[in-house]
Amino acid sequence: MSELTRHSAARLAEMLAAKEVTSVEVTQAHLDRIAEVDGNINAFLHVNTEEALAVAADVDKARAAGEDLPALAGVPIAIKDLIVTVGQPTTAGSKMLEGWMSPYDATVIKKIRAARMPMLGKTNLDEFAMGSSTEHSAYGPTRNPWDLSRIPGGSGGGSAAAVAAFEAPLALGTDTGGSIRQPAAVTGSVGVKPTYGGVSRYGAIAMASSLDQIGPVSRTVLDSALLHEVIGGHDPHDSTSLTDPVGSLVEAAKTGNVAGMRIGVINELQGEGYDEGVLARFHESLDLLRDAGAEIVEVSCPNFKYALGAYYLIMPSEASSNLAKYDGVRFGHRVLPAESPLTIERVMGATRAAGFGDEVKRRIILGTYALSAGYYDAYYGSAQKVRTLIQRDFDAAFAQADVLISPTSPVPAFKLGEKLNDPLAMYLNDVATIPANLAGIPGISIPGGLADGLPVGIQFLAPAREDARLYRAGHVLETLLEEKWGGPLLSQAPDLRQLSGAETTSGAK
Amino acid sequence: MSEINREAVAHLARLAHIEMTAGELDKMAGELDVIVDSIKSVQEAAGPDVPATSHPIPLANVFREDVVGETLTQEQALSGAPDSADGRFKVPAILDEE
Repeated sequence: MSELTRHSAARLAEMLAAKEVTSVEVTQAHLDRIAEVDGNINAFLHVNTEEALAVAADVDKARAAGEDLPALAGVPIAIKDLIVTVGQPTTAGSKMLEGWMSPYDATVIKKIRAARMPMLGKTNLDEFAMGSSTEHSAYGPTRNPWDLSRIPGGSGGGSAAAVAAFEAPLALGTDTGGSIRQPAAVTGSVGVKPTYGGVSRYGAIAMASSLDQIGPVSRTVLDSALLHEVIGGHDPHDSTSLTDPVGSLVEAAKTGNVAGMRIGVINELQGEGYDEGVLARFHESLDLLRDAGAEIVEVSCPNFKYALGAYYLIMPSEASSNLAKYDGVRFGHRVLPAESPLTIERVMGATRAAGFGDEVKRRIILGTYALSAGYYDAYYGSAQKVRTLIQRDFDAAFAQADVLISPTSPVPAFKLGEKLNDPLAMYLNDVATIPANLAGIPGISIPGGLADGLPVGIQFLAPAREDARLYRAGHVLETLLEEKWGGPLLSQAPDLRQLSGAETTSGAK
Repeated sequence: MSEINREAVAHLARLAHIEMTAGELDKMAGELDVIVDSIKSVQEAAGPDVPATSHPIPLANVFREDVVGETLTQEQALSGAPDSADGRFKVPAILDEE
């Protein structure tokens, strides 16, 4: 593997600015890496070779001509295939949109183009971002670079696996209940869910509009901050977009100090259901932060026990409405019923039966149920009240602490297929990440070490609009842990050239 | 136990415009029953005095100037449609009049 693919985005940006390397070289190195390992990983649904190299060549030309360029100009990036792009297909991981070409760019894509970053391609995901393992993709699962027999998390398993396998230094993800943070945790990478509205959702195919958020995926905390500053900010195309300035996130990621910071340990997000190894790494991180001068306090969020239930009512309700637009008329596939009469209603039923996978159907039916007459108040109404209670829990917790901390995922990566036939077991993977989406607050997951050879994630949460605190705390813990490990966690990951799917199906340990 | 049985799923599938086979209806009724059973505890969480939250960050109405902005061309809007004619989306019969 070319050394170029091992560098962080920040380091690549420095090397590009110093003309030690060209963007074409950097981009080609990543395309070569994709060709080398993606047959096993399946992180990419589409590889954007031609356009990526053309953008890279343009940047190199501009740099040679002495043009003033944005900080990440020439640094390549991968895009979750839930985000619409002109010139590349957007599938949302669904057969419904196979081969669909968007006539417009998402706002974040316009920003990536303006930042002059070559797009390497589109990454795999659970269909319409519904899942925690990427196994619900209509285009086959993505595999975890640490162990090809295991899941890379979901729904953004493709973006997380792409950065963890050194196929891309950066990626975009979306997080509705943990789809950026949980994949980061189980692949040993970094993922950030910004404050709701902090990054425009225009052009992110909607699952649950009051929960969805686009955010950065990377290998280092600083890299996520750099990308966050590129994609953040107000967008008139998204009426829920915040008008606040993005803030100095890169500066926060360089502060390097948690002395006096109050870090709240959430009582309800540990203990039963959490893997022993996950908890051991979590407590080591707490010790490191305490030794670095942070004040560790315990906080209680008693209503979190209702969070999963509220989420699995609100999310499917919104999803059932958002997915009504796939009707075989305006875009995507149309399937005709086997027998006449050939009415629009029957065409719709046949199209949606053939175009949607099992999990999407499950959530549409569940949402239709929760919103139906006679159940609306009991289910959807109650869930919205729980949302208020969870916000109050967070308010009380943030009165005692500057940031909160928990394991990101209760368990490390599980085996492909292990939870595929047990939807409820699958849903429990998001128990620690969901509360942030319900309350709209920002969260980050950073690598916390290994449990039985598999990565474990540490999550920080901050109050709404205080994303900078995540980068400050995240960077300090990252630095402390890397000092202890003698380098980044991903340097301990297996060499993918030595692995094949067949060799690892028996498991790594 | 909740009340999601096969007939209920069949009704919901019709509302959601998803054709389902008998096997699918049975499987989904079983799965949804388990899921709903596990999430219905939300009903006991909050009393009548707790207000509902529909949106995580409170926002006032968002307006813009009433001027024409960027829009898709007719050709772009139709580019992903499975069928179109005369610059419009073409759909199968709305009513069954056989």
